[in-house]
Amino acid sequence: MKFDYKKLGLKVGLEVHQQLDTRHKLFCACKPELFRGEPEIRFVRRLRPTQSELGQVDEAALFEFRKGLTILYEADRDTSCLVEMDEEPPHELNREAVETSLTVALMLDAKPVDEIHVMRKIVIDGSNTTGFQRTCVVALGGELEVEGKKIPIQHIGLEEDAARKTGQRANQVTYRLDRLGIPLIEVTTGPVISSPEEARKVALAIGRILRATGKVKRGIGTVRQDLNISLARGALIEIKGVQELETVEKAVEYEVQRQVNLLKIREELERRGVREEDLAIEPVDVTEVFENTKCKVISKALSRGGKVLALKLKGFNGLLGRELAPNLRFGTELADIARFWGGVGGIFHTDEMPGYGVTEAEIDGLRSKLDCTPEDAVVFVADSREKAEEALKAVAARAREALKGVPEETRVATPEGTSRYMRPRPGAARMYPETDVPPIRVTEDLIERLRKALPEKPEALLQRLMAEYGLNQKLSRQLMDSEYLDLFERIVKEVKVSPTLVAVTLTETLRSLKRDGLDVASIRDDKLTEVFKLVGSGVTAKESIPEILAWLSKNPDKSALDAVKALNLERLPEEELRRIVDEAIEDSLQLIKERGLGAFGPLMGRVMSKVRGRADAKTVSAMIKERIHEIQSKPDPR
Amino acid sequence: MSLEKSGYRGFLLTVLNEAGVDIGDVIRVENPNYTYEGTLIPRSEFGSEDCIVIKLRSGYNIGVKVTRQTKITKLRSGEKPAFIPPPQPEAKPGLRRVAVISTGGTIASRVDYRTGGVRPALSASDLYSVVPELSDLAVIEADILFSILSENMTPQHWKKIAVATAKKIEEGVAGVVIPHGTDTMAYTAAALSFAFKNLPVPVILVGSQRSSDRPSSDAATNLLGAVKAAAYAPFAEVAVAMHESTSDDSILIHRGTKVRKCHTSARYAFKSINSPPLARVKNGKVTMLIEDYRRRSPRESFEVYPEFEDRVALLKFYPGLNPEVIDFYVDKGYLGLILEGTGLGHVSARCFPSVKRAIESGLIVAMTSQCIWGRVNMNVYDTGRDLLRLGVIPLEDMLPETALVKLMWVLGQTRDPKEAKQLLLQNMAYEFSDRTLMED
Repeated sequence: MKFDYKKLGLKVGLEVHQQLDTRHKLFCACKPELFRGEPEIRFVRRLRPTQSELGQVDEAALFEFRKGLTILYEADRDTSCLVEMDEEPPHELNREAVETSLTVALMLDAKPVDEIHVMRKIVIDGSNTTGFQRTCVVALGGELEVEGKKIPIQHIGLEEDAARKTGQRANQVTYRLDRLGIPLIEVTTGPVISSPEEARKVALAIGRILRATGKVKRGIGTVRQDLNISLARGALIEIKGVQELETVEKAVEYEVQRQVNLLKIREELERRGVREEDLAIEPVDVTEVFENTKCKVISKALSRGGKVLALKLKGFNGLLGRELAPNLRFGTELADIARFWGGVGGIFHTDEMPGYGVTEAEIDGLRSKLDCTPEDAVVFVADSREKAEEALKAVAARAREALKGVPEETRVATPEGTSRYMRPRPGAARMYPETDVPPIRVTEDLIERLRKALPEKPEALLQRLMAEYGLNQKLSRQLMDSEYLDLFERIVKEVKVSPTLVAVTLTETLRSLKRDGLDVASIRDDKLTEVFKLVGSGVTAKESIPEILAWLSKNPDKSALDAVKALNLERLPEEELRRIVDEAIEDSLQLIKERGLGAFGPLMGRVMSKVRGRADAKTVSAMIKERIHEIQSKPDPR
Repeated sequence: MSLEKSGYRGFLLTVLNEAGVDIGDVIRVENPNYTYEGTLIPRSEFGSEDCIVIKLRSGYNIGVKVTRQTKITKLRSGEKPAFIPPPQPEAKPGLRRVAVISTGGTIASRVDYRTGGVRPALSASDLYSVVPELSDLAVIEADILFSILSENMTPQHWKKIAVATAKKIEEGVAGVVIPHGTDTMAYTAAALSFAFKNLPVPVILVGSQRSSDRPSSDAATNLLGAVKAAAYAPFAEVAVAMHESTSDDSILIHRGTKVRKCHTSARYAFKSINSPPLARVKNGKVTMLIEDYRRRSPRESFEVYPEFEDRVALLKFYPGLNPEVIDFYVDKGYLGLILEGTGLGHVSARCFPSVKRAIESGLIVAMTSQCIWGRVNMNVYDTGRDLLRLGVIPLEDMLPETALVKLMWVLGQTRDPKEAKQLLLQNMAYEFSDRTLMED
C-alpha cells in the first residue's frame, strides 16, 4: 500500500538505545555480559506501586500488582552482584560510560549539561529489581544533518539497561539479571521525520555516530529503536524495541497502515450508524450454549469450572476480521487487550466462525441469546468468570475507542516490523532523584579534553578507509555501517593479512553466514582475530574462513585453532601437497600430452577439490603449471 | 520547603534570594550560551557549590552552573502538592487491634515527586494507603512517638518506647508493632526485652532495608509480617520481624535478645545468633520455630522497668589495644564495662592491671566474644583463667550488644554490685541459651 505521508501528516520521532561496550556496568563492577546455561541464583519478588504526593499511582502498574504478579529473577555470579539484586546501593556512575556519551553529544553538536543528575524512572513490570530505571540527561539540544535536512536531537541520555524477560506464566514473570545495568546511551530526535525511508536514514546516521566512538556493543539486542509515530487524524503511538535497522522503515509503514485502517473502521461504523451508547458494557454468561461443545479450548475451560462469557458488538460484523497490517487483524488487537487486562489465553469472535471446533449451531444459539442482527459481531471468552469478565470489559472499552479512531497506546515491535498492543501509555514519566548516586559535575576541562579526542565524523572516516587500507568505496561503506569497524582496524594493525580480506570477511562473509541462520554475533573479537592470525601465518588458507566461522558460531567456547583441527583445514606441508599434485598429474599424463596447458583447468579442479582450505589456490596453480611445463619439455622416452 | 532549608548556601543562596524565587517555582536560567527552564529543586547533598538543580519538563533533573553573568527569572509559582489521603477503609468486624508506635526510619514514607523528598507516612490512614492489605489483618491504632534515625537513638529513647508500648498494652491491644530504623533496632529490641516483665502480648520491632518510597521496598512485607504476628502469634516476647532471604515470600521473627544486623544493605541482614529464629510468617501463616518460648498471658502481672544506666561501655579488644582506654572509663566514672574479647573470651595480658583496677574500683566487667557465633569459655586457656581470677564475668553465648544493653538495664535497677552481678547472670529474656546448635 502506498501512502501520501505528507497529506496524512506523518510525524516520527526516534529514540535510539545502544548498549555501550564498557569494562563494567553502569552502577557496579560486574561484567556487562549475558550468561548462558543454568542460573546459580533464583529469587522471587513483588513490586508495589508507590504513591505520589497527589495520591496517584500508574493505573496499569496498580493493575499488575492487584493481579498478584510475582517476579522470578535468575542470575549468575559472573554478571550480577548485590547491586543488580537491589540488595546494595548503586556505586558511582561509570565514568567511562559518561565520557562516551559526552563524546556522542559533542559529535551531535549538543550542549552537555553542567551537572549530571541520575533519576529514578518508575517501571514496575519487573524488568528492574528496584522498580525503577536509573537514567540521566547528559546533553540537550543537538542537531544532525541527514541528506540536507536538519534533524534536531532533543536529548542524549545515559541509562541502565533492564533485565531480560525469559518467561511468563499466569501469575509469574521471569527475568534474567545479566542485562540489568549494562550502560545504554539514548539519543532522541525531534518529531520531524516525515517518511518511513527517512526514519531508516536517520536511524542509520545516528548509528554511524554511535559506532564511530568505537565503544558500542554489537549483535542482536544491543541496539533498540523506539518510534513515536503520529498521524494528523490518528494518535501518538509509541512502538518499543525495533531491533534491526531494516525494520525501522517497515515499522513506520505498517503503523501508518494500521492507523489508516482503524480510521476506515471508524468511518464504516459511522456509516452503519453505530453510537457509543449502543455498545454493550457488561458481558453475558452464555455457558449453556456450549454445554456439549466439541471445541477443545472451551470444553477444557468448562471442565475446570470456567464459564463462557460473551459480549455483543453492535454493528461490528466483518470488522474484526479486517486486516490492519500484515497478520494483524482488528480481532488481534482485541485479543491482545483481553490478554493484558484479563490474563486470558485469547478470545473467539464471530468473524472467524465457524471454526476451532465451534459449530454453526452454537453460533446461532449464541447470536439468538444475545439478540443479534446479522450486522452484529460477538466476542466470547472461556475462562474463569473473573478473568473472562475483565477481558471482555477491556474489549468493550476498546470497541468504544474504535468509534473515535486510534487510541493512544504503547506497542511492542515484532521482528517482522508490525507491532502488538503492549500497555496503555504511561502518564507523565514519574521521576524522582536517585539520591544514592552523587551528581557528576561536567567541567569545561573535561569537555575540552573530549573535544580534542573526538572520533572522525563518518564522511572523513569513509575517505580514510579508502586511502589507508586501499578498500573500495562500497566495501568501506559496508564496513562503516557494520559493527566491526573497530575490530577491523585492530586486526589489520596486529596481523599481516590483506585489509580487503579482513573487510570482506567482517561484512559480506558474516552477513551471508547470518542469513544462513548462524549466530555469528556470538563469535568473540579475540576468536575473529585468531582466525586471521592463522591465515596470516599460513596455518590455514583464506578459503577456509567461512567454514571456520560457521563452526565457531556453533562452538563459541572453542578456539579458531580447534576449528581448523576439527574441520581438517590445516595447511598441507609442501611435500604432501606436491604428492597430491603429482598423483593427479600421473593420472592425467595422456590429457596433458594431448592438450598441454589446456589440461590445467581440469587438473586444478581435481586437486582443489581434495585440498580446499588446506592449500591456497595460488600455490596449487603454480605447482600444476610447473609440472605441465616439465612434462611438455621432457622428450618422449619412447 | 523554604530556600533556607533547601541546602543552597553562600553565593547560590544569595543569587536565588535576589531573584526572588522559591523551591518549586518554575524558573528560567540564562547563561551566556544557553538557557534552561524548569522547576527549582532543593540542592543534593553531594551537588557542586556552583550549580542549582532544576527539573525539566521531561521530569529529568539537571544541575545548571550559576555565575555572576547568570540571569534567573521566575516564570510562575509552583503548585503546592496537596495530598488527598484515600478514605480510611472500614474496620472489619472481628479483627484484633494492633498498636503501631512509630519511632522513625523509612519503613513508612511517601515520596514527593515534585522535589524528590521522602516524607514520613505514619498516621493510620497513611499506613493503610501505603499498605492497603493491612486493613484485612487488623485494626491499626497508629501513633508517632518520634521520627529519628536509629543511629540517634539513646537509652532515653528506649525508655520512652517502653513506656509508650506499656501504655498500649494496658489498653488491651493484641500486640504492638514498632517501626524502627534498622541500624540499632537490635539494641532497642534487647532493651525492651529486659524492660518488660511478664509481657502478655507480642511486641515486634520492624524495619526496612529498602525505603518504602521504592516499589521494591521490603517495608510492606515486613510490616504485614509484623502485624500478622503481633495480632495472632502465640508468643509474648519482644522480637524483630525482617526478611528471611532476598525473596519477598518469607518473614522471620527473631528473638529480641538474640538478633543482630549482619549485613550493611541486604534485606536478609538480620540473623538470629546462637539460637534458631522464634517464628516464621509465610503465606499469611505464623509458624513457631522454637518450643520453649513465653506464651501470651493475662495482663494482670505485667510490669515495666524502663530505667537504663548509660555509664556502661562496650569495648572491642584488638591487638595492640592500649590499656589506658580501660583506665579512661574508670576515671570517667563508668559503672560497667562489657569486653568484646577474642575467641573464647580473651584480652591481652597487658590489659590485666587495668582490668584489675577497674574491678577494684567497683565496675562490673563482663566478657563476650567478638566471634559473634559461639560461647565464651574462660576455663580453657591461662588468659581466661587469669581474667576469671581478676573478677571478669563470663557471659556465655550472649551477644556483645545484648550484654551491653543488659548491663545498662541491670545498673538502671540496682547499684549494689552483688545484686547487679546476680541479675546480669540471671536468664531473663532468653539472652542465655544452654545449648548451642550447629548452624544451618
